[in-house]
Amino acid sequence: MSTSIGKRLLTGNKALAEAIALEMERDDHVFVMGEDVGVYGGIFGATEGLFAKFGAERVRDTPISETGFIGAAIGAAAEGMRPIVELMFVDFFGVCMDQIYNHMAKIHYMSGGHVKLPMVLMTAVGGGYSDAAQHSQTLYATFAHMPGLKVVAPATPYDLKGMMIAAIRDDNPVIFMFHKTLQGLGWMDQLDYSIGVVPEGSYTVPLGQAKVVREGTDVTIVGIQMMMHRAVEAAKQLEAEGIQAEVIDLRSLVPLDKETILDSVRKTHRLLVVDEDYLSYGMTAEIAAVVAQEALYDLEVPIARLAVPDVPIPYSRPLEQAIIPSVEAIFTAARQLVQM
Amino acid sequence: MSISLEQMKWMYATMVKIRYYEETMVTAYAEGKSPVFNIGAGPVPGEMHLAAGQEPAAVGICAHLRKEDTVTAPHRPHHHAIAKGVDLKRMTAEIFGKQSGLGKGKGGHMHLFDPEVKFSCGGIVAAGIPHAVGAALAAKMKKKDWVAVAFVGEGAANSGAFHESLNLAAVWKLPLIVVIEDNAYGISVPKKVSTAVASNVERAKGYGIPGFSVRDNDPREMYQISEQAVRHARNGEGPVLIEIETYRYLGHFQGDPELYREKNELNKLHEKDPVIRLKSLLESEGVVASDIAQLEAQVRKEVDEAYDFARKSEYPTIEEALLDVFE
Repeated sequence: MSTSIGKRLLTGNKALAEAIALEMERDDHVFVMGEDVGVYGGIFGATEGLFAKFGAERVRDTPISETGFIGAAIGAAAEGMRPIVELMFVDFFGVCMDQIYNHMAKIHYMSGGHVKLPMVLMTAVGGGYSDAAQHSQTLYATFAHMPGLKVVAPATPYDLKGMMIAAIRDDNPVIFMFHKTLQGLGWMDQLDYSIGVVPEGSYTVPLGQAKVVREGTDVTIVGIQMMMHRAVEAAKQLEAEGIQAEVIDLRSLVPLDKETILDSVRKTHRLLVVDEDYLSYGMTAEIAAVVAQEALYDLEVPIARLAVPDVPIPYSRPLEQAIIPSVEAIFTAARQLVQM
Repeated sequence: MSISLEQMKWMYATMVKIRYYEETMVTAYAEGKSPVFNIGAGPVPGEMHLAAGQEPAAVGICAHLRKEDTVTAPHRPHHHAIAKGVDLKRMTAEIFGKQSGLGKGKGGHMHLFDPEVKFSCGGIVAAGIPHAVGAALAAKMKKKDWVAVAFVGEGAANSGAFHESLNLAAVWKLPLIVVIEDNAYGISVPKKVSTAVASNVERAKGYGIPGFSVRDNDPREMYQISEQAVRHARNGEGPVLIEIETYRYLGHFQGDPELYREKNELNKLHEKDPVIRLKSLLESEGVVASDIAQLEAQVRKEVDEAYDFARKSEYPTIEEALLDVFE
């Protein structure tokens, strides 16, 4: 991946691993644990090279005991350590949700702010590669619903690195979701946007700031991770039809950057929200509600939502591709909004 | 492994303090709840799980702990908190839901956090064990000889968190001591109905770690076994499991009709009360009655002052509900 000077390209997973390495060098309290995070380097490569660099004491392979080791991360964080703990697939949350929902999220509040949990729970999300209902979810809303957790989901190698460094330095518990297909792994779909320019050295991208990734005047499309990338693809096609779509990469679910969304809607007067999570009670509903409450009279047409239509993720390729919002579906929905 | 007279006096005074604290809570909790019992009424609302009778487990091991050692406790946490040295005034204020409480009134009796003495507890059975594993891991990574103690009831020994934690602590050879307080019932379900082994100490073998039984709620035996256990953990030799046969004099929570108790069960338990037994031991060591009475008066005064502080403290302002979600 050689390129011109100052324009180093990295895959998503290498950007993540580099962020963790930099923080481990900077702060002895930072360490990593999880299943296969050691010699293997994480099933989705998020800890690639860390074991060789830092050894088994600070890059800890765990038994398959998510309650045990996520609970241990909470206990270590309460003692001032800064653990990064990996839940291999977000879908595995069910075996350890008590630790996440009842402890990681609530201890700071229940202690009146006296106990801090500076920890990162890093987890792989997303479908699109026929891994079926128990290995393909994003579950953004499941985590964003619970007060007390910051929930972030970066979409580019640059943001993966900068937001991971910010997450490690944050004194709050952070759920850090990386999208499997945006890791740039050799054994998954090869997507251009899973590789990007990543500066060497340390930098942070603040948690809780959305980003306008493409400016436009006719319709706002809000997405996160893969849906944001598909929205950009759709926006390029819309442009060919004379429609200027503004695309917002949400980047962070909690805190939610309402202002960036509202500013955009006040400009375009049309809103489409796209999500790789389930439709009902999800991110699309939350953003639609925010806009309906705070910018209803700026809207020319009703808000549109695209998401997984309240079914588990099916295995068969045509079925899965039909239920996860595609570039075509986004294109069509956005064009409809403008033509209404 | 004999107990020094000073240690014995500390254990006795702390057991009296715990017992008096819980007895005072029985009365305070009942306020505003008659003639109709409403769990949400009175100065102390919500569930209330009291530990009168279970004092030996807490004092026997906390006698060997330092401020830097961590203790995690379950939903019945007052005896552990008191034995670990949690600020009694702020703890009581928390239970009364006051701003001066440990958690500014946002935790309540099942969720007490005092980082000054590294104490925490929680309302989910067995969930505190992995937190103690993490504290033990932190101690090891910081190269300190601190230990972590997780208290749980015997019902917790059937949960996944218990087994995951023991395995993890054993694999990583962490300074963890799990203390199971077998008070014979998981709410109403007797141990023999819920548990495949007669003694949970047998389960230590499954993780290749030492396990010890303490019989008949004996504070002196708990002290002696805990000394070995804490030394083992502190020396870096890995986790230890202790199960103590203890008694719960009161219901699972206040208001429990206790239909599951056998007739006369409580009378039999009171006959071998651990506080009385330890008092006899002090007397046999030649401590005079007036000295014992002085110890008792001192701790009762502390408890009375804590309740007084709690009652006189202010409720949080409603804005407080929206604070402390994030740092």
